[in-house]
Amino acid sequence: MWSIILRDIKLAIRSGGGFSLTLAFFLIVIMIVPFGVGANLDLLSRIAPGLLWIGALLSCLLSLDRIFQLDWEDGTLEALATSPIPLSGIAIAKATAHWITTGLPITLASLPLGYLLNLNYEAYFWLFTTLAIGTPTLSFIGTFGAAITVGIRRGGLLLSLLVLPLYIPTLMLGAQCVSKGTNNPLELLALISAISLMCIALLPFACAIALRANLK
Amino acid sequence: MSLWEYANPAKFMALSARILPILAIASSCLLLIGLFWGFFLTPADYKQGSTVKIIFLHVPSALMAINAWLMMLIASLIWLVRRHHVSALAAKAAAPIGVTMTLIAIATGAIWGKPMWGTYWAWDPRLTSFMILLVFYFGYLALWEAIEDKDTAADLTSILCIVGSVFALLSRYAVNFWSQGLHQGASLSLDKEQHVDNAFYFPLLICIAGMVLLFITLVLIRTRTEIRSRRLLALRLRNN
Repeated sequence: MWSIILRDIKLAIRSGGGFSLTLAFFLIVIMIVPFGVGANLDLLSRIAPGLLWIGALLSCLLSLDRIFQLDWEDGTLEALATSPIPLSGIAIAKATAHWITTGLPITLASLPLGYLLNLNYEAYFWLFTTLAIGTPTLSFIGTFGAAITVGIRRGGLLLSLLVLPLYIPTLMLGAQCVSKGTNNPLELLALISAISLMCIALLPFACAIALRANLK
Repeated sequence: MSLWEYANPAKFMALSARILPILAIASSCLLLIGLFWGFFLTPADYKQGSTVKIIFLHVPSALMAINAWLMMLIASLIWLVRRHHVSALAAKAAAPIGVTMTLIAIATGAIWGKPMWGTYWAWDPRLTSFMILLVFYFGYLALWEAIEDKDTAADLTSILCIVGSVFALLSRYAVNFWSQGLHQGASLSLDKEQHVDNAFYFPLLICIAGMVLLFITLVLIRTRTEIRSRRLLALRLRNN
């Protein structure tokens, strides 16, 4: 499993996509918002938590179709399916690699970007914490979506349509937790953690069923 | 004699052909009686006036919007566990009906909301969760359309339906946290059914029963269509 994770990370970095593209996209999404709504600092600081979370979602979405697509096309996925590791284990490895190459950099990059949007000082801690806990959810849900759409040519748009509704609870709780600041965000954080743990524990099995149906 | 006997498409077709006319007549009678009673024989509400009568369409369709998804969930589980094709086709058949029910619920709610709340749409927890339900239906339908192999499509939509149910439920309760920050209290979503007077209660029950039967009728008709189109496909493949 470690070798799959390492392989995926290497592929993501060396193909020139991975880190830099996701981060550049995140930066651009955050950057164009003031162009759209104006550079009013009060307004920006009010909408900053939601924007940073939505930016994180969209950046995460970008690299999802790469999780299984290439392996599917060149037959690696079939070889992996016959290996002694169960399919759910492969799904966990893929999702972990996806999180390391997107969720982690997004979480780190959100702090300077938060400054650009004039985020409240006390909100930085909650922004970092919710993203650190919430982005694994995004990766695991995304891996599930990628597993479902892997057999479909040009499945990118469909993937977004399937995955974004599944992101809704995490987004609501995450953005809400950041914008509440010191006003008792712990219960929201607990709920985000609960969703995250549930996704990590259960979604790999759903991924395995979807992959098996596609490989049939 | 067990229920699983009707997983055989031929037996299902025979049985559904026999009970369809009865169901159709029963559901249209109940809906006609319920709606007539509700629209013309009930008094106007002292606060809401006659706008209250849209409840006779709104509540049954909203109920069926959720129950249609529930039925799809059960049918999907049966397909994944027992591999009965009729079950998968019934789930597929129910989805567009669920979409229609959701749209009716949203539309009637909006029509009622304009004079009562002063707005067609508000980001209230209930309204929002119906919007989310609609998006889940769309994703489910789009996935059916996108996959060519029928059995793979049935597998993948079933697993999507199961995972989607969990997340739809999560959204329903996450919405409560989210809208606290925007709304002052949930005064908009009063629980209508528990507060409704007996004068409205009985016609409402009849309307709900009619809507349930209408849903079953439509699902049966659409499932029969799906089975027939599947047979056509098989015939065409054999001839080529």
